[in-house]
Amino acid sequence: MKNVLIYSERLELAAELVSAGRFVASAAGGSLRALSVGDADLAGFLASRGADVLEIRSAEQPPADPAQIAQALRVAAESAGAGVILLASNRRGKEIAGRLAQELGAGCLTDVGRLEAAEGRITGVRNALGGATEVFQAVTTERQVLALRPGVFAAAPEAAPGAVQFLDVPLPEPKIRLRETRAKAGDAVDIGRAEVLVVVGQGLADREDLALAERIARALGGEVACTKPVATDRRWLAEDRIVGLSGKTCRPALALLLGVSGQVQFSVGIRDAGTIAAINRDDQAPVASLSDYFLQADLKAVLPDLAGRFPDT
Amino acid sequence: MNIVIAMKQVPDLQQVRIRDRRPVLEGVPLLMGDIDRSALAAAVALQDVVAGKRIVLSAGDENLEDTVKEALAAGADEAALVIDNRLRDADSAFIAKVLAEAVRRIGDVGLLLFGEGSADNYSGQVMSRVAAILGWPQAGYVREIRLEGGKAVLTRSLEDCEEVVEADLPVVASVVSEIAQPVTPSVTAILRAGRKPKTVWGLSDLGLEGPQPKVVENLEQLAPLGERKGIVLKSLEDLLAVLRAKEKP
Repeated sequence: MKNVLIYSERLELAAELVSAGRFVASAAGGSLRALSVGDADLAGFLASRGADVLEIRSAEQPPADPAQIAQALRVAAESAGAGVILLASNRRGKEIAGRLAQELGAGCLTDVGRLEAAEGRITGVRNALGGATEVFQAVTTERQVLALRPGVFAAAPEAAPGAVQFLDVPLPEPKIRLRETRAKAGDAVDIGRAEVLVVVGQGLADREDLALAERIARALGGEVACTKPVATDRRWLAEDRIVGLSGKTCRPALALLLGVSGQVQFSVGIRDAGTIAAINRDDQAPVASLSDYFLQADLKAVLPDLAGRFPDT
Repeated sequence: MNIVIAMKQVPDLQQVRIRDRRPVLEGVPLLMGDIDRSALAAAVALQDVVAGKRIVLSAGDENLEDTVKEALAAGADEAALVIDNRLRDADSAFIAKVLAEAVRRIGDVGLLLFGEGSADNYSGQVMSRVAAILGWPQAGYVREIRLEGGKAVLTRSLEDCEEVVEADLPVVASVVSEIAQPVTPSVTAILRAGRKPKTVWGLSDLGLEGPQPKVVENLEQLAPLGERKGIVLKSLEDLLAVLRAKEKP
């Protein structure tokens, strides 16, 4: 069971898993297979990234019941001789991970932020204690289920196409029935993939100053994001713009933190940024040691000036 | 029909200190995680449509009897506790087995709620594992629950969309914090909570052996190294220079 099976219903995450799967497969001396459940586009896409694909037909794509996907993965893992099953650690992926691991009698790691392979053992690194620590973990069972955070591996580029093989697997009757899919309130921006982020915290005192942060973000070709209380308590921004443990893990090339104190639950979401610059009134706040460049200043006083230096586009 | 809310006793993360890159947990108070408290508040909000009891279920060490008081004060009717010091380092797979067994003993459970992830570990596996053991339908990341006859209608909040799904009861769900504000109980409610009924089991009462061999091994736990430049800027001009240098041409 040296082989690796990957699955995500999302094309961009599946492409990252192809890279991750190759990394694990080469460490284990095995080969890679990718699964598609009822989604011919996904199967074709995976093949175009050079992966050999197993496709299982289903009425719904993707099935709303995680138990059905877990069943498809079980059969596919058996057929592929896969010891390692790699999933994306988005919400759907995490939900499947636990179910699949239980049914396989396997250990499971979710939200894996780094994978290391040495002496035939795979180690996953994840945040623990709200991001205060990183824990290095290894699954000890014969089969392992690992769910990787988006962005950990680069998407696999186009390659000589892999083969698509159909597996005839009757999926169980769904116990979860989809009534409706709707767009999320908010603006469907993915701050996790932004190159530049301007992040506002509770040190931004007035809601009208948000427009200044937005102006800077636009001028730098980035997005505005926020700490949790700005979205959940003040409701100034949609919750999909939260950076941190209860929001997204972001890896921008540049992050500008405005009035962010830098609590660990936040910092876990920005730790992987290329460069971090911050403005805060308090130079003893944790954000001072979290940043490459720190300016101690009263945000209310300096923000209009800062924004004024950028064209209002 | 009863609603069971599975809650995990965790260290107060605001009070965890780091020494030599390792977490210091001694003396840190234990509490129920915030998202678990939101799950409890969501169960309490269903009070008018569900005649049965709201039962807090938790598994942990001897401190649990104390930690659960706040949940009882915040609107739970009863507590079902699995207390065994062998549970201290248990992994998700074993905890799931323990909780599933407890749910079977509680009986008449229509809805079993979890937080989307525990405050300390956030792995979010236990809900799915319990659903698999019980063979019940599951829905994760739920932000709204409606009960219609023998069915649950759940709004699941995914990254890019929301899904409204339905399932026949009993159902296992994990919730996101938006589902309800946690209730902060009054002092009198906390005092009265001590008189609410509690069932306490040990592992052997549930017919379970001590933890099986772990399915996940913890190799190391370290605070990440901060590798930032830590340059203090003197003026807005300096900051502008930094931003301009990083700007894409």
